[in-house]
Amino acid sequence: MAAVNHEVEHLIEIRNIGKDYQSGDEMVPAIRQMDFAIDDGEFVTIMGHSGSGKSTLLSVLGGLNHPSRGKVFIDSLDLYDLSSEQRADFRSEYIGIIFQSFQLITYLTVLENVILPMAITGLKRKEKEQMAMDVLLKVGLASKADRLPDQLSGGEQERVAIARAIVNQPPILLADEPTGNLDSETASEVMELLTRLNREEGLTIIMVTHNPEISVYSNRTIRVQDGTCLEH
Amino acid sequence: MKLYNISINNLKRRKGKMIFLVLGLLIGIAVIVTMLSITESMTLDIEERLDRFGANIVMVPKSENLALTYGGVNVGGISYEVKEFDEADLARIREIKDNRNLGAVAPKIMGAVEVSGRKVLLMGVDLEMELPLKTWWHLQGRSPENDSEVILGSEAARALGLDVGDSLNMNGRDFMVSAHLEPTGGPEDSIIIGDLHRVQNILGKEGRISMVEIAAFCRDCPIDEMVLQIAGQFPDAKVTALKQAVMSKMQSIELVKTFSYGIAALVIFIGSLLVFVSMMGSVNERTREIGIFRAIGFRRGHVMQIILLEAIVVGFIGGVGGFVSGTGLARIILPLVIPDSSSSGINMSMGAVAVALAVALSLLASIWPAHKGSRLDPSEALRAL
Repeated sequence: MAAVNHEVEHLIEIRNIGKDYQSGDEMVPAIRQMDFAIDDGEFVTIMGHSGSGKSTLLSVLGGLNHPSRGKVFIDSLDLYDLSSEQRADFRSEYIGIIFQSFQLITYLTVLENVILPMAITGLKRKEKEQMAMDVLLKVGLASKADRLPDQLSGGEQERVAIARAIVNQPPILLADEPTGNLDSETASEVMELLTRLNREEGLTIIMVTHNPEISVYSNRTIRVQDGTCLEH
Repeated sequence: MKLYNISINNLKRRKGKMIFLVLGLLIGIAVIVTMLSITESMTLDIEERLDRFGANIVMVPKSENLALTYGGVNVGGISYEVKEFDEADLARIREIKDNRNLGAVAPKIMGAVEVSGRKVLLMGVDLEMELPLKTWWHLQGRSPENDSEVILGSEAARALGLDVGDSLNMNGRDFMVSAHLEPTGGPEDSIIIGDLHRVQNILGKEGRISMVEIAAFCRDCPIDEMVLQIAGQFPDAKVTALKQAVMSKMQSIELVKTFSYGIAALVIFIGSLLVFVSMMGSVNERTREIGIFRAIGFRRGHVMQIILLEAIVVGFIGGVGGFVSGTGLARIILPLVIPDSSSSGINMSMGAVAVALAVALSLLASIWPAHKGSRLDPSEALRAL
């Protein structure tokens, strides 16, 4: 992989990024200008109203969305200096993503959904199954490994999504509105699980939400509005 | 779990779609297999009939004289200095290199006899060899049962005023007419046909043969080569291939083949269009899913592999199913097209080609959809969430 910058001090550094979208003849900025850093082991909430640019920011951090300007460094690596395929490999190794509304593959069982990120690794079948079962145990779903996603409750599906995001043991977890589709009780269960992963496993978590109630679980909140960071 | 598990699970889940796709390919391949099986059997049947039962090589003694006939009018009067073969030598015909391509060998003796004061050409033949060769001979009456029974050409019967069951005297021997030939428009209309050895005997030509008609099985047989081989065995013979007959039957077979291939090409085209449209639709439906795959670290190649693996599975099932049902269908249709045809066994090489064709088709039609799927921008795909 190319583009290692040794002057980068933090695990994640966002340097003057901007992202514009074409809307008709006009270019509309989703991110005007953002600049911040996140350290290893932090649990950061990115909070803002819908349309504030927070989800775009998350996809830029995940290597899924090329910014129009600026640079993203993760572990000293200039993310967008890599080719699309290199970024895919990078995601596979470094980043776990929890999407809005779970995004499980409906025709795969819980166990298979969790194994999915390992399908492209050279691990043996037994090893993959063992790793997936370990993670399912961690999120409390080992007994439902053979179920299909639509046979699970919303909270359980969210936990499968978390299991899938962390099974490759990435150092960074990105979560997009992880409690968006859950009732408040289930939401706090899920948040406790994420907090535990952050504290016990040292996982760096960056979570996007518009809900101030769940931002209390994190160590730090970055507020975004109209494509800029208000405080961080 | 590997990538193929994803493909197979997806196909299992989208059963309706898969059945539709498999059926499309299956019907296409079945039509092709049925048509080709029938064409193949027809080719064999036509060739077998024509080859086994129609002479395509004629062997006559070499003569320095030029033929004195044109358009059926003979101005030469009676042939003189007629050369003949020795019957015992005919066994040499079967000693040629390509002898397994030989069918019937039908020797004949010819000579003029006088019946009721008229000169008639008498031809002695080996009836067992001759009758199957002359499929255009239709007897009114019955085949001769012994060597004192003869068949009369229609013109000869009329001229001599002889009916079936009548007797006639040739060179002092009595014969009975067992059948008339229906008019053929050929030279046999005006002759009398009798048993080879009996005719040799009354003509005083024991052991002599005037000409030999030979049928060669001609499925790609080197007919020119065989003519040369026979000529090599009989330096005094003039051996001729009736090329026209061979060419025209080949032409009719080629016509049937061309027609079948045309239909097959059309079916293949429609089949691939079907796969293409379904696969394209499937990729569009799965935008979100592909976005997830890409987001969790799948490379473009992995996404392509998943889609192409599905195409291979669909192609394989469609190919096997198409071959089996096509072969079955051919067996049902074949007896209707060719009565009393012997059903050929299962053509494994055609099976292999059918399966390979179905897989190749399915793959080819899926390359663009797979490529398109793999190029989906993961952030765009996920924005559809």
